[in-house]
Amino acid sequence: MKLTCDQATTICDKSQYKEATFWEILKLNIHLFVCKKCGMYSKQNVIITKCIQKHKNALNKPTTCLCEKEKEQMETELKTKI
Amino acid sequence: MSKEIHKLNPNNWVKLHADYLYNFAIGRINEHDLAKDLVQDTFFAGLKAMDNFQGLASERTWLVAILKRKIIDHYRKINSNKGKAEVKMNFYADGEREGEWIEERVPSNWNNEIEKQIENEELNVALEKCINNLPEKYAMVFRMKTIQQLETEDICKELEITSSNLWVIIHRARTQLRKCMEDNWFKN
Repeated sequence: MKLTCDQATTICDKSQYKEATFWEILKLNIHLFVCKKCGMYSKQNVIITKCIQKHKNALNKPTTCLCEKEKEQMETELKTKI
Repeated sequence: MSKEIHKLNPNNWVKLHADYLYNFAIGRINEHDLAKDLVQDTFFAGLKAMDNFQGLASERTWLVAILKRKIIDHYRKINSNKGKAEVKMNFYADGEREGEWIEERVPSNWNNEIEKQIENEELNVALEKCINNLPEKYAMVFRMKTIQQLETEDICKELEITSSNLWVIIHRARTQLRKCMEDNWFKN
């Protein structure tokens, strides 16, 4: 039943994706009851998840793309091999 | 209904598929030159393998499958030696204190106006920076799971890893990300 902090925070991370099992959550909660460090981690983990959700669109948008010149070059190189 | 038999036309590959393949790659590997090279490699490999194309899948699906192989190859490469050395440990790996927090990695208090900070438009710059600071392998899996929001099963299939493997990676990525955001953003 007893978890190490490493294991507890792993479950905590899993639960950010709603993929921790019932038993894992139970064990995690018992651990959080006695461990302040992991309690803090757990709280901050939720904040990190919120941040990512909030800024997902910006994070998901590639800051770079292929420019026309790069595509031309790709095309030229490809054509030498066709 | 007769099944459509697809044909390959390499002359149009760059025009039709380069952007799509690039976006696919950049979502996993957030590095322009590398993503570009993988796309180019995909086209070259496609040319070589043209005789094996049976026309059952569309040209794009077929090219994506090749790109996925290229991405796995890259993943294996970063997984071999380089990636391992860069890991910052958060917990004692062995000894009496195995699994306990290493002192300087213990979460510290964040300032009070958290909710306001989440709304801050510049937060994404800090997040992006912290994700890019992760060892490449962790950044890649973290992106796929958290930003692309792919299913665990799909990521495991795509990278040929087990789910417990995936969670160890996500765990290490998130503990490191937390620390980075603490140092760069949330600390008093």
